[in-house]
Amino acid sequence: MTTAVTDVRTESSVTPRYPGMKVTQSRVVKSEWTKFRSLRSTNITLLISVVLTVGLGALISAVIASHWDTASASDKADFNAVVTSLRGVNISQLAVGVLGVLLISGEYATGMIRASLTAVPKRLPVLWAKLGVFAGVVGVVAVISTFVSFFVGQSLLASHNLDVSIGSSHALRMVLGAAAYLVLVGIIGMALGGVMRNTAAGISSLVALFFVIPPVLDLLPKSWSDNIGPYLPSNAGDAFWGHPTGAHLSALAGFLVLCGWAAAAVVAAAIRLKERDA
Amino acid sequence: MIEVSGLTKRYGEKIAVNNLTFTVKPGIVTGFLGPNGAGKSTTMRMIAGLDKPSAGSVLVNAADYQRAHVPMAELGILLEAKAVHTSRSAYNHLLALAQTNGVPRSRVAEVIELVGLGEVARKRAGSFSLGMGQRLGIASALLGDPQTVVLDEPINGLDPEGILWVRNLLKGLAAEGRTVFISSHLMSEMAQTAHHLIVVGRGELIADLDVEEFVALASSNVVQVRSPQASQLRDLLLGPDVTISSTEAGLLEVRGVSAETIGDLAFEHRIRLHGLAVQNASLEDAFMEMTRDSVEFHAHTDDHTQALAQTAGDPR
Repeated sequence: MTTAVTDVRTESSVTPRYPGMKVTQSRVVKSEWTKFRSLRSTNITLLISVVLTVGLGALISAVIASHWDTASASDKADFNAVVTSLRGVNISQLAVGVLGVLLISGEYATGMIRASLTAVPKRLPVLWAKLGVFAGVVGVVAVISTFVSFFVGQSLLASHNLDVSIGSSHALRMVLGAAAYLVLVGIIGMALGGVMRNTAAGISSLVALFFVIPPVLDLLPKSWSDNIGPYLPSNAGDAFWGHPTGAHLSALAGFLVLCGWAAAAVVAAAIRLKERDA
Repeated sequence: MIEVSGLTKRYGEKIAVNNLTFTVKPGIVTGFLGPNGAGKSTTMRMIAGLDKPSAGSVLVNAADYQRAHVPMAELGILLEAKAVHTSRSAYNHLLALAQTNGVPRSRVAEVIELVGLGEVARKRAGSFSLGMGQRLGIASALLGDPQTVVLDEPINGLDPEGILWVRNLLKGLAAEGRTVFISSHLMSEMAQTAHHLIVVGRGELIADLDVEEFVALASSNVVQVRSPQASQLRDLLLGPDVTISSTEAGLLEVRGVSAETIGDLAFEHRIRLHGLAVQNASLEDAFMEMTRDSVEFHAHTDDHTQALAQTAGDPR
């Protein structure tokens, strides 16, 4: 049997003129980077997320500063200069999460996934590379936009002497935390895209997780919402970059909880990719 | 080389591919023929490892494709549905695929020229016509200079010039010693391109034979004989290589004996003939007959000839 097989191999073997090379994780990353940068919609969506983060942060900072003199005592008590300048993240997270969904669901919608997985039949390297490239790009973009938001916001708040410096307590942690939050939302979006394999279903589940479930939970008895609420992704995020009020987790716990959500979503996407027909 | 053994794919209750076993040999073009819905695309997806078989196995170049070190050097595949992101340019699509297997940019440029997409390589793939999309698909299949090439309906959407081009390309690839496996639902196309045929219907193997054999079988004549003494004539004609069927009293359909011989034999034995006619089946007719009620013919490699003879000689 062995001999027969060897004979056939010799007979049929063609010397490749362009010997390719072994598929490695770094080659797949390179490929995913090419895919990422060659879609105009990707770049536009990223730009939108930057504009939303910085623009809304600046707008909210300006409005609060100009209305400060007439603001109520409770508003004044709730005020946090860092959070105010970062408020745009609450909206730009949607752009980042949707982009994450699209980067995978778009491959299923167009059939590209079949070409990708034929070139890399082990499959999982494609998911790791997609996550790595996306997290890397979002990380860089998010750090830049949260720092710009912070400084723009503080300069607007300075008109009423409401600003704080980056060296003030928790400021740096919150600015970096907001960037980390965007990265984690992007990862969750991408994983949801991989689990659902469909743009509409992916975006719906993302919106449900971040925008629908939290307010619905508030309608439940307080004992429920107090116990479950802090562990929802958006509230866990608030614990490490947002406004620390109410029944919140500590910053570290919030970060770990959100990482747990992202890890669970990624594991689900990996199992689905590996086990199910493409 | 592709070795398919006992390959089965079930989707719930429905069986798309049922216990398929065949080998696609290197050095020739092998056609994968069957009506739409016969399980050709599903089989090709299982060859590429995109769908997991419910049972059975596939070996590509005598190895498990999932474990290939340089997958694109082993197998290049074009699937029926376009596998291209519509918003990306043809060049970037090919480049992204090439990079996974360390295939150089020079090869990307080369396949673009090879398939004649040089002028539109920077345009969005979504703006391509069906024929251009097909050429892009063929370019991605050839990127890694694969030993085995699998193309699902490669001539779909191509103009006559494009069809000729694909035909010559495939023959050239086979002549270089590669394994070339292409699907089609058109027998006439296969007759001009392929050397060997795997015929499937409703997910089952119907025949595994050379195109020459198929053509010989299809064009071997059926002689229709009408006689009031049909049963007497039948006994005289029966022999080892003769097939006779009868759909109505007094009418015989004879295969393996020429009309002249039948006429002479009848004359010698004083059997009256009321009709003697030769019927020629076209390739397409023969193929249609072969796959029409495919589930009825559990033909294997050894008795495919018999199955074909039965089908072609037994019109219902």
